[in-house]
Amino acid sequence: MDWLKTHRNDLLLIAALLVLAGALALFLHLSRHDGGYVSVSVGGEVVARLPLDEDASLPIGTEGGNNLLVIEDGTARMESADCPDLLCVKMGAVRYAGESIVCLPHQVVITVEEGPDGGFDAAAR
Amino acid sequence: MSAKRIARYGLLTALALALSYAESLLPSPGVPGVKLGLPNLVVVFALYRLGTVDAWALSLARVLLASVLFGNGVGLAYSMAGAVLSLSVMCLLKKSGRFSETGVSVAGGVAHNAGQVLVAVLLLETTRLAWYLPVLCLSGTVAGVLIGVVSALLVKRVPEFKS
Repeated sequence: MDWLKTHRNDLLLIAALLVLAGALALFLHLSRHDGGYVSVSVGGEVVARLPLDEDASLPIGTEGGNNLLVIEDGTARMESADCPDLLCVKMGAVRYAGESIVCLPHQVVITVEEGPDGGFDAAAR
Repeated sequence: MSAKRIARYGLLTALALALSYAESLLPSPGVPGVKLGLPNLVVVFALYRLGTVDAWALSLARVLLASVLFGNGVGLAYSMAGAVLSLSVMCLLKKSGRFSETGVSVAGGVAHNAGQVLVAVLLLETTRLAWYLPVLCLSGTVAGVLIGVVSALLVKRVPEFKS
């Protein structure tokens, strides 16, 4: 194959980038850990903070519409929403620190946070 | 600047803009930033057939016009960072003489995505975007290969384009 010979550097570059992507993904996968809380923010303001280890459901009312957050078995998911695209519902459940669910039309962001940090939590409220 | 050169700039800018628009019509794969980069076909073509300055002029004009026509202010920051980083890397790699259009386009695709993640980190003041890195590195590579292979064909096959 002539192409392979004349494009050796290209192939090396492509391989290096694929390995880099794989290594990054592997690192992120191995370094993830369960979160302790989910924080709920609407329009950039934190409106609620719930522990992940207690089952709960929280209706979130915004100017744009309503969402329903459900916490079950240590995971959080958007059970329902009346936004047009329903991307937040389709995103499924989150449980690891740093993961988030975003509902752009309603400006709702659900973020899983490190836990347990009771002191900071109490002070923030 | 000759009339021929002006006409050529206009033609290629319009083509790049049309490709920007065409790309915005494609269904989004769900992850923001994952895209083919169709306008990069024109930029890589210009880089090889016309020159560095022409490629920069085209790319910047394309980004500014596309954001005025189909985007918004925030979008401009993202696409500008992506375009500048991408073209800088492509110029360097082309100058090194070690890569073909494919390698240059692959590096450009990944650099474009890296620039966008960088702006997102700065604008949103969050480092929670870590998961975008491997995804966008992969998608930038794949898109870069496709665009690079097609660009190489264009550079080779498009008839006389010099003044």
